[in-house]
Amino acid sequence: MEKFLNCKGLVVPLDRANVDTDAIIPKQFLKSINRSGFGRYLFDEWRYLDYGEPGMEVAQRKPNPDFVLNQVRYQGARILLTRANFGCGSSREHAPWALQDYGFQVIIAPSFADIFFNNTFKIGLLPIVLSENIVDQMFREVNLNVGYYLVVNLEDQTVVTPSGETHIFEVDSFRKKNLLNGLDEIELTLQYAEKIKAFEDKKRIEQPWLFT
Amino acid sequence: MQTLYDKLWKNHVVHDGPGDTALLYIDRHLVHEVTSPQAFESLRIAGRKPWRLDSILAVADHNVPTTERANGISDPISRLQVETLDRNCEELGITEFKMNDLRQGIVHVIGPEQGATLPGMTVVCGDSHTSTHGAFACLAFGIGTSEVEHVLATQCLSIKKALEMQILVDGTLGHGVTAKDVALAIIGKIGTAGGTGYAIEFSGSTICALSMEGRMTLCNMAIEAGARAGMIAVDDITIDYISGRPLAPKGDSWEKAVTYWRTLKSDEGVEFNQIVKLDAAEIKPQVTWGTSPEMVTTVDGRVPDPLKITDSVKRNDMQRALKYMGLAPNMLISEIYLDKIFIGSCTNARIEDLRAAAEVVKDRHIAKNIKLAMVVPGSGLVKLQAEEEGLDKVFLNAGFEWREPGCSMCLAMNDDYLSPGERCASTSNRNFEGRQGPAGRTHLVSPAMAAAAAVAGHFVDVRNIY
Ligand code: SF4
Repeated sequence: MEKFLNCKGLVVPLDRANVDTDAIIPKQFLKSINRSGFGRYLFDEWRYLDYGEPGMEVAQRKPNPDFVLNQVRYQGARILLTRANFGCGSSREHAPWALQDYGFQVIIAPSFADIFFNNTFKIGLLPIVLSENIVDQMFREVNLNVGYYLVVNLEDQTVVTPSGETHIFEVDSFRKKNLLNGLDEIELTLQYAEKIKAFEDKKRIEQPWLFT
Repeated sequence: MQTLYDKLWKNHVVHDGPGDTALLYIDRHLVHEVTSPQAFESLRIAGRKPWRLDSILAVADHNVPTTERANGISDPISRLQVETLDRNCEELGITEFKMNDLRQGIVHVIGPEQGATLPGMTVVCGDSHTSTHGAFACLAFGIGTSEVEHVLATQCLSIKKALEMQILVDGTLGHGVTAKDVALAIIGKIGTAGGTGYAIEFSGSTICALSMEGRMTLCNMAIEAGARAGMIAVDDITIDYISGRPLAPKGDSWEKAVTYWRTLKSDEGVEFNQIVKLDAAEIKPQVTWGTSPEMVTTVDGRVPDPLKITDSVKRNDMQRALKYMGLAPNMLISEIYLDKIFIGSCTNARIEDLRAAAEVVKDRHIAKNIKLAMVVPGSGLVKLQAEEEGLDKVFLNAGFEWREPGCSMCLAMNDDYLSPGERCASTSNRNFEGRQGPAGRTHLVSPAMAAAAAVAGHFVDVRNIY
C-alpha cells in the first residue's frame, strides 16, 4: 500500500447523500481484470452524457457540463466533500480505486458505508468523518470561494480550513499507523502465522466438519 | 451473557488487537469472477499461495449469459474475466463450478445449496450480499478485493467488532406478504444507513416461522440497511435444510455438529446496542419508488411529495430520484406501468421464490405492455428442481422467458439489461441509478408482486389476485 502523505488539496463538493458504489464506478467497467485505469470512468453516468464502455477514450466522450467534477474551478481537486452514507451498496474495491486513480487522496463526509470505509484504508485513500454541521459549513464555503482548499494532516488528525479553523477527526490507531507507514497488512498478519496454524489445528479437532 | 454475534466472534479470534481490531479466522471463502482477478494477481506477484484451498469455493455468476451457453460468452471482456477465474482456479487447485456445471449459479445461492455454508462459520466473499449466509447463524460479510487477497494469503482478516442491533419481528405475516416485504419494510423504517456500524440479528416469531429461503432473503438485504452482516439463530428449520447437502457433515460428525449448532443463538435477556421492533401484521406488500432501497412504500400507497419534506438534503434527493424514475409526486403506486419484469438475483431466485411467482401467473398471461418478463433461477439445481415441478411450463405458458442461472439483470453485466427509460419490476435488491442498465428504472418487489405486476402490466396488490 502507498503511504498516505499529508495533503493540501483543492476541494470539490458533491452535494448528494447515499452516493452508492454503482454510481462511483458503474458495472460495465468492473469487467476489467486490472487494478488501475478506473479514474477516467469515475462517476461515469453523471460525468458524461454518452454511455461509457470500457476502453473509451476521454477525448471522444461528451462531458456533462452540469456535473461538478467537470467544472473548470474544480480541476485538479484532491479532496472530495460529500454527504452522508457515501459509498453504500456494492463492495467493489473498484470504487476506491477509481477515486484514487482520478487523483483524490481524501474524502470528507458525515458518514460512510462500512465496506467502502474499510476498503479505502486498504489502498491508502483517507476517509474523514466530520459532523453534519462542519460538513454543511464546508459546503457553504467551497461554493462561495473559488480555489477553496483544505489541509489534512493525518499525524495530528486535523483538517484546517483556509481561514485557519482546525477540525479534529478520529481514526483507528492501527489503520493510522498502516497508512502513515504504507505497511503491507498481509505481512503484518503473517507475523502471527504460528498462531493461525495453532488455531486451525485446534479447530480441526473440535469441528472437523469445517475442513472438508 | 452473549449475543449470537458475540459467540461467533469469540469462536474465531486468533489474536486480539492491534487497536480495537481482532484477527478473525475465516472458515469459508466464496469467490466470483468480478472481484477476484486483482487479488489473485497480487498474490502471485508477492509470491504467495492460498493458505487453505479447501476453504475456497469459486463460481462465475455475474458475467455469464442466461441464454444458450454452448457458444460461450460473446463479449470478449466478460469472457476474459470468466476465463481468468477458470485459470486461477485451475492453477491453484481451487474448486470451481464452471459455467456449464449443473451446480453453477449465483454465489450466494450455491453456498447454502451445497452445504458449503454451515452454522457457526465465518463466511466471506468479495461481494456485499455475503450477508445472505448469516441466515445460517454464520458471521458472513462482504469484503473488498484487498481483503480477498488477505484471506487467500492468511485465512484471516483483521476487523473491528461491530455494534449489535436486534430487529425483532413478531406476529403472523398476512397472505401474500413475504420475507422480501419484511426486508423492505425494515429498510423503509431504519433507512439505508440505519445499520451502518452494526451487525443485525433478526429474531422474533415471524422470523422463526420463515423458511430458510425467506431467511436468506432477509439477511441478504441487511447490507441494504447498511449492516455488513445480518444473522439468524439456528433452529430445526436450519438443521433440516442442511441435512443431506453435499458438503454437510455425515454420521457421527453430523451429530456432533448439530449439538454445537444448537448453541448458536443469543442468550435469553442479553442486551443489544439497539433494538428495532416491527409488527408483522402491519407489513403490507412493498414497492420501491426511488433510487435507494429506503425509498419504499406500500402497494396501496402513493409516490411521496418532496414539497412536504423540510430537510433540504432529503428533499433534493427525493426530487432527483423522482425525476430519474419519471414519476409524479402523489401518484398511486398502482398507476405505475411496467416495461419489463425480472424474477431473479441472490435475493429472490430460490425454489420457494419461483413457486410463489408461479402460483400467481398460473393460467394467466403477462399483459400486452410488458416487453419482456424473465425468470432467472439462482442456480442450475434450482432450475432443475423447478423444471421437475413443472414451474418452467407455468412461466413459459404465461409468456415469461425461462433462462439459465446467474446474476443477470440484477446488475446487468451480461446481455440482460434495461434500455434507457425502461421501467422494471425486479425481485433484486438494488434500485440504484443505472443498476439494471443506463437510465433504467427499477422497482424492487417480492416475487409474487413482480408476477402480479407482469399479469396486470402495472403494480397491483397481490393479496387481491390470488
Ligand atoms: S445477484 Fe445481484 S446482488 Fe446478488 S451477487 Fe449477483 S449481482 Fe450481486
